[in-house]
Amino acid sequence: MKRLLSRWFPIFFLPTALSFIIGFLYPFISGIYLSFCSFITTSDATFIGIENYKAVFSDPSFLYSFLFTIAFALVSVVLINLIAFMIAYALTSGIRGANLFRTVFFMPNLIGGIVLGYIWQLIFDGILSRYGTSISLNPTYGFWGLIILMCWQQIGYMMIIYIAGLQSVPEDIYEAARIDGAGKWQILKKVTVPMVMPSITICTFLTLTNSFKLFDQNLSLTAGQPGTVGAGGRTVYLTEMLALNIYNTFYRNNNTRGIGQAKAVIFFLIVTVIALSQLYFTRRKEVQQ
Amino acid sequence: MRKIRSHLTSLFFAVISIIYVSPIFIVLMNSFKRRTAISSEPFKLPNAESFISLGNYITGMTFGNYPFYKSVLYSFIITIASALLILICTSMCAWFIVRVDNKICKIFYYLCIFSMIVPFQMVMYTLSKTADSLSLNTPFTIPIIYLGFGAGLAVFMFVGFVKSIPLSMEESASIDGCGPMRTFFEVILPIMKPTLISVGILQIMWIWNDYLLPYLVLDIKKYRTIPIHIQYLNGSYGQTDIGAIMALIVLSIIPIIIFYFTSQKYIIKGIIAGSVKG
Repeated sequence: MKRLLSRWFPIFFLPTALSFIIGFLYPFISGIYLSFCSFITTSDATFIGIENYKAVFSDPSFLYSFLFTIAFALVSVVLINLIAFMIAYALTSGIRGANLFRTVFFMPNLIGGIVLGYIWQLIFDGILSRYGTSISLNPTYGFWGLIILMCWQQIGYMMIIYIAGLQSVPEDIYEAARIDGAGKWQILKKVTVPMVMPSITICTFLTLTNSFKLFDQNLSLTAGQPGTVGAGGRTVYLTEMLALNIYNTFYRNNNTRGIGQAKAVIFFLIVTVIALSQLYFTRRKEVQQ
Repeated sequence: MRKIRSHLTSLFFAVISIIYVSPIFIVLMNSFKRRTAISSEPFKLPNAESFISLGNYITGMTFGNYPFYKSVLYSFIITIASALLILICTSMCAWFIVRVDNKICKIFYYLCIFSMIVPFQMVMYTLSKTADSLSLNTPFTIPIIYLGFGAGLAVFMFVGFVKSIPLSMEESASIDGCGPMRTFFEVILPIMKPTLISVGILQIMWIWNDYLLPYLVLDIKKYRTIPIHIQYLNGSYGQTDIGAIMALIVLSIIPIIIFYFTSQKYIIKGIIAGSVKG
């Protein structure tokens, strides 16, 4: 079978492999190459060594959006996971209407980032306009606006994963803990949390990478506004996250595309390092069953 | 006492649920109001003065010099064609990878896993140029790009499933004289059904809402998906009519709600299947 099948590789393997090369591998490799080039289109690229990377590190807007993204990711990861876990815990403890509540909490997740951004813009500006301001005028409002939006969208998704995790904990472990005289709080801390650690790992991973890669919501809710003129006369946008900063470096100005590509490579490295180290740390806490 | 507490928790969640869905209802309510009333009093119900019935929906249909039905059509074409292409190609590929299991297969599998962490910004520029040069920049050819960029998760999930299929089933099929094609489509594919649904759901949720990839790849003068259209209307390109935008947001949510209520069971299964860590 194996030898027979391997002769069929043009039909079974090639379509996916070729598309993968077109849609990912070639763009990825040429992206790394272009980060060392100065270019406006792909055909006029000239190799300039690490100049782009030097320019990235002297760009105040990149550093700012990096810090903004880290702050955003920390707050949203903690909030989303905490709230999603609490909801999942409550809904699996046998309350009435649990299915209905689950349906409601998950629903916003299906609405796309662009549309979500405009829905919340209407609501935030509706409230803020009474005080003569707007979400695009104050970066603090922008930050918390993004957090609220992100929570609204992601809590349902993580809740589903936590519910599945909680339901897979065998009842006899709880039984044993109760017989040993453990209280409710002790059971939660010593039995439930360690047992659902795999769900915690995956949910932290998903929320962390989603927060770092956030783009659509950022673009539609604040578009990075407001801006302020920083050092060297360059504008720094105060609610601009990394992905949007890279996008704007590419498309706001044709001449900084090489720098944009270098930023993208750094962004890729940051996301990879954070994702892998998070997986390493939370997975060590998982119990073997 | 316990009963009372349980009822109180239910009541608490009922209140939270109402707050949770209220943003959607606020948009729905505003879609029937005059433009000026939306920006001045967004939380008030429409009254005799501000109510304009379906006015926003009618202007929304052609707003921004682009017929909305075209956006809906392109969104549907791209989502369905891409999801089908991904399902067929990656399931075949995954079976091949597991059963043939040579060096190329292994390398390809690890590249697929790797591609899942890479942020889109890393490839966005080069990908859009590649798509242009291969004329993959129409709604009818963009599924190939989606297959390439979305292969990672799909191959990963299918490989995980194929590994659990006992070889004996395929062997008996081949003793009965089935070639690889018939074995795959008549023996393997039917067993894969739950994973096919899970992968399909995850891909549909992603592609339907995707903004940046189609925005950069497609010629947006001709082809706009729903997210592209809504973003375009809000951008600085034309005069913003917030009433029409509210109407279009409502219209763009309707298919999602229908999809959700008809396949909620599968969506939940899909998410759980997709969250199995590698």
